[in-house]
Amino acid sequence: MYSYLLPEFTVVRREDRCIRCRVCERQCAEGVHHWDKGLDRMFSAEEKCVGCQRCVVFCPTGALYVRPHPSEYRPNYNWTRERFQDLKRQAETGGVILTGSGNDKPFRVYWDHLVLNASQVTNPSIDPLREPMELRTFLGRKPDTLELEVEDDRVSIKSEVHPNVVIETPIAFSAMSYGAISYQAFKSLAMAAKEFGTLFNTGEGGLPRDMRAEYGPHAIVQCASGRFGVDPEYLNCAAAVEIKIGQGAKPGIGGHLPGEKVSNSIARTRMIPEGTDALSPAPQHDIYSIEDLSMLIYALKEATNYEKPVSVKIAAVHNVAAIASGIVRAGADIVAIDGLRGGTGAAPKIIRDNVGIPIELALAAVDRRLREEGIRHKCSILVAGGFRCSADVLKAIALGADAVYIGSAALVAMGCTLCQKCYTGRCAWGICTQDPYLSKRINPEIASQRLVNLLRGWSHEIKEMLGGMGINAIESVRGNRDHLRGVGLEDWELEVLGVKGAGE
Amino acid sequence: MATVSARLGLRDMFMDGVRPVRELLPRLYLNGQTAEIDGADLKHKELNDLVREAAFKGARKIVLRNIYGQRYIGTRLYLPTRVEIEVHSHPGNDLGAFLNGHRITVYGNAQDGVGNTMDDGEIVVHGRAGDIVAMSMRGGKIFIRDNVGYRTAIHMKEYTGKVPVLVIGGTAQDFFGEYMAGGIVILLGLGLGEHERHRAHYIGTGMHGGVIYLRGRVEPYQLGKEVGVLDLDENDWQIVRWYVDEYAAHFGTDADRILAGKFQKLLPVSRRPYGKIYAY
Amino acid sequence: MIFQKIDSERRQPNKESQACGLFGVMNTSGERFGGEMAITAIKNMKVRGNGLGGGFAVYGLYPEYRDYYALHVMFQNRNRETKHKVDEFLNEHFRVIHDEEIPTDERVPLFSPPLCWRYFVAPRKRPEEEGVPDDEFVVARVMHINCHIEDAYVFSSGKDMGVFKGVGFPEEIAEYFMLDKLYRGYIWTVHSRFPTNTPGWWGGAHPFNILDWTVVHNGEISSYGTNKRFLEMFGYYCTLYTDTEVMAYAVDLLMRRQGLPIEVVAKIFAPPMWDLIAHMDGEERRLYTVLRMVYAPLLINGPFTVIVAHHNEMFGLTDRIRLRPITAAARGDFVFLSSEEAAIRAVSPKVDLAWTPSGGEPVVVRLHTRDHLKSLARSI
Repeated sequence: MYSYLLPEFTVVRREDRCIRCRVCERQCAEGVHHWDKGLDRMFSAEEKCVGCQRCVVFCPTGALYVRPHPSEYRPNYNWTRERFQDLKRQAETGGVILTGSGNDKPFRVYWDHLVLNASQVTNPSIDPLREPMELRTFLGRKPDTLELEVEDDRVSIKSEVHPNVVIETPIAFSAMSYGAISYQAFKSLAMAAKEFGTLFNTGEGGLPRDMRAEYGPHAIVQCASGRFGVDPEYLNCAAAVEIKIGQGAKPGIGGHLPGEKVSNSIARTRMIPEGTDALSPAPQHDIYSIEDLSMLIYALKEATNYEKPVSVKIAAVHNVAAIASGIVRAGADIVAIDGLRGGTGAAPKIIRDNVGIPIELALAAVDRRLREEGIRHKCSILVAGGFRCSADVLKAIALGADAVYIGSAALVAMGCTLCQKCYTGRCAWGICTQDPYLSKRINPEIASQRLVNLLRGWSHEIKEMLGGMGINAIESVRGNRDHLRGVGLEDWELEVLGVKGAGE
Repeated sequence: MATVSARLGLRDMFMDGVRPVRELLPRLYLNGQTAEIDGADLKHKELNDLVREAAFKGARKIVLRNIYGQRYIGTRLYLPTRVEIEVHSHPGNDLGAFLNGHRITVYGNAQDGVGNTMDDGEIVVHGRAGDIVAMSMRGGKIFIRDNVGYRTAIHMKEYTGKVPVLVIGGTAQDFFGEYMAGGIVILLGLGLGEHERHRAHYIGTGMHGGVIYLRGRVEPYQLGKEVGVLDLDENDWQIVRWYVDEYAAHFGTDADRILAGKFQKLLPVSRRPYGKIYAY
Repeated sequence: MIFQKIDSERRQPNKESQACGLFGVMNTSGERFGGEMAITAIKNMKVRGNGLGGGFAVYGLYPEYRDYYALHVMFQNRNRETKHKVDEFLNEHFRVIHDEEIPTDERVPLFSPPLCWRYFVAPRKRPEEEGVPDDEFVVARVMHINCHIEDAYVFSSGKDMGVFKGVGFPEEIAEYFMLDKLYRGYIWTVHSRFPTNTPGWWGGAHPFNILDWTVVHNGEISSYGTNKRFLEMFGYYCTLYTDTEVMAYAVDLLMRRQGLPIEVVAKIFAPPMWDLIAHMDGEERRLYTVLRMVYAPLLINGPFTVIVAHHNEMFGLTDRIRLRPITAAARGDFVFLSSEEAAIRAVSPKVDLAWTPSGGEPVVVRLHTRDHLKSLARSI
């Protein structure tokens, strides 16, 4: 069928700068550029360009500009360019439009409307450069009270304490499965988590055997609806186990790994035939109600000898507060909530853009509900879904989160430009691909350094902001909404967030 | 008696009820160049008014008696002549703050802020002192016989020849020498047992100038990241000997015994310890 | 158990912040003495307050009513109707042995003093409440009056102890309530306030009290929002919008309800830094790690010095990086705690010992012991 689609991007080449080195031709994963030998000129097939900016960054003379295509439909507030393109593509294929990355639609970003406090006069700022500033966070269930035995000057703990996992900064890497991302990218996340003292999440793709000994203790392993790669060693080598009920990008449905991306080693790790699509079922088939969740949580605790906290990851949906309360009562030690802007390797676009609620509102509602029921200390809350900077992280902690998962931010640190074509398996940056030629472009030594730099920079910024608020330990800002104010928000939004308007 | 207006208004705890100097003159006994002031029940401003009055009237030595907590003693003396002040016995906070070259001797314990931003002069305390001793000190000398509290010598400074000196006989608490930019600090640890180590943590955190001479034991983990430990060379020994002799003279202790102890020199590792933290 | 659903976090008033002066004195042999020492000391530190609040806590002052809860209630605006409601409520839930207006010297001019009344009561439980311990019963009733009866605040609710506080310099409050003439106690704590919000409200002055716990506090708790929300889960509602309240409730929760000793509670409020914990030996390291992990929401951050008292014990504690001062001193059976040493010297020029512990180290004064000397080891 002849395609009626307009190209998405245009490639502009400055002929005065192009030296025909053909780097762009080699770097592009879509085959946009090619060199015509006879004319000694580079040609670009614009219609294939996905706007990943790889050729622009690598062009040694800065000869390329890649920008949205100048051809436009007549301006129409209701029928945007994107609506046109998607509809026409659907008419051509009859299929479900896929996409990657997180929700890009103009839903309000509440982090941009919240501001933090600082100390002035009535109490001092604390100097983060010279005096200690502590970010260490414990994830897991805490007891109501501690039973202690005091004998003269020696105090010892009598009560049994639930297993907790320690991270040195309240930032962990979100679930990105080996399969969705390349082995090298996956390993970079593991190396960075180990070096910095935090955790990475294996996603539903399992943990390759060669990585278990070294990186297992820094991993949160996922047990998702497809149960890919879930074997006893996998469960026992980890720091924590996560039951994935849903994710923010596609609440209510399971993971998608197109057959193109199921290589030999993926097949081995996930224990499925090579080249088949790994489409996780929508529900976990042994969890049809909350009491079944309770059953699975305890099954995992048995399988890991009660030594690891069990986390349950859900997407932020309308009655997330009640669901979270149920999850805590079902026995989970950690509740992970993924909001509307969570990323993905592949999801139906219509679901990514229309299902779920923003994480800011979900977090505020869950934290408040758990406190009202007197059970907030029975779990740690981890949140995910579009965190872009350290201020977002700190605001989330002030709203009540224990720690924050970053997914898209980690990929951006490694080179991703959110071109949203992850599902094709042709990522020019070598991140979301299984093609060995492309995935070699990620050198784990270097990519993990980028990630460690990210963690270090953000952690230091958080310390500076904490010091400014007169606080020297992250636990004192957790849930401390008094240090937040809203700017440009409506009344009901301030109510849900539990935050005053600036000046109030 | 406190006065309250119909609306609450401002109640000034520093200035309310302050008596003018002429009313207080009977408290000031002047005998040639020596003055004595009875500080009983005097507010801060009243006491310091009298001290200044005494200096104007020609006193070169001013003895303060019945002192319980009055602040800023010695601060209001931005005058060309130098005086000597004796405090009996319990000065309040900010003793010798912004001191302009005078000499203060305290026969008792001092509180917080001794020598705060002191420019020049000498303070001798026959007892202990509190927190932030010698904060931002820019010149002059302070001798404390016993222990000191937190954040001693914080952001002490020096510049070509104008070098402040602080000598402490006992031990200190945390953040000793925080963010030092200059000056000489000597901590003698005289009250500590033979194998007892100093108790301060984060010693020299943020230090980027100046030197600390430490007598006694510290473990490496007690030192800030910006501090390096070295042995003393001949130059260092000269300095230490000089000021320990002065300390011994003030407090009647045995300088040789002190100098026989184990000394270490703490110096900043870099002049720009935070260069790598920011992305330019 | 009472609860009040906080329906809008947005509508709650902002909390106070304040700077202040503190003093406490206890006779470790239990001998009762008058208020001159506390009054002299706090007058010496006049510049630490700004005349907008002062208060005293006295222990051992009601020997003839020793076994009854002495409720001190203030009625804002001298609201007689409110008093009527409170009288009814108290008669319903308690046997009121004796009640009277707290004697005052009306000649002392203070800003809008409320009507202050004291009731000596014993719980009167309904059959279904028989299982509830007396202390819990009283706390619930106190929370009810403070939350639900407008213009009435119970500002003291312990046995054989009392809080006297209001808006004015502490020596004015002492004069108003005739403290040096009428009362003798074996623990006196006093507070001079320098508030920056709600200057006219008598309820905002220190000491804060629940049962026989009193807290006087100098500093600002920057972790107030976190602490408050954690305490709410256990039924403590912060109705007085001052950060000191969380200290009083936290102490009640940890020491009375959970039975933890002061030395451990001090380590929950002001724990050592992680890099120091790393250098401790195995068992100590595990203890501090678990305490920090479990009680993270009760870490009190921001500058503070507090003097907390209850029967038989008084303790002073500063924050983990000692942003506020404290000095302890001992002379014979008397132990003093003060914001400034000079205040102690004004009261007692000669002392046997004067010392200042590190941040996070409590000075614990206990009846018939020399426990306060334990903190000497790490002091200057």
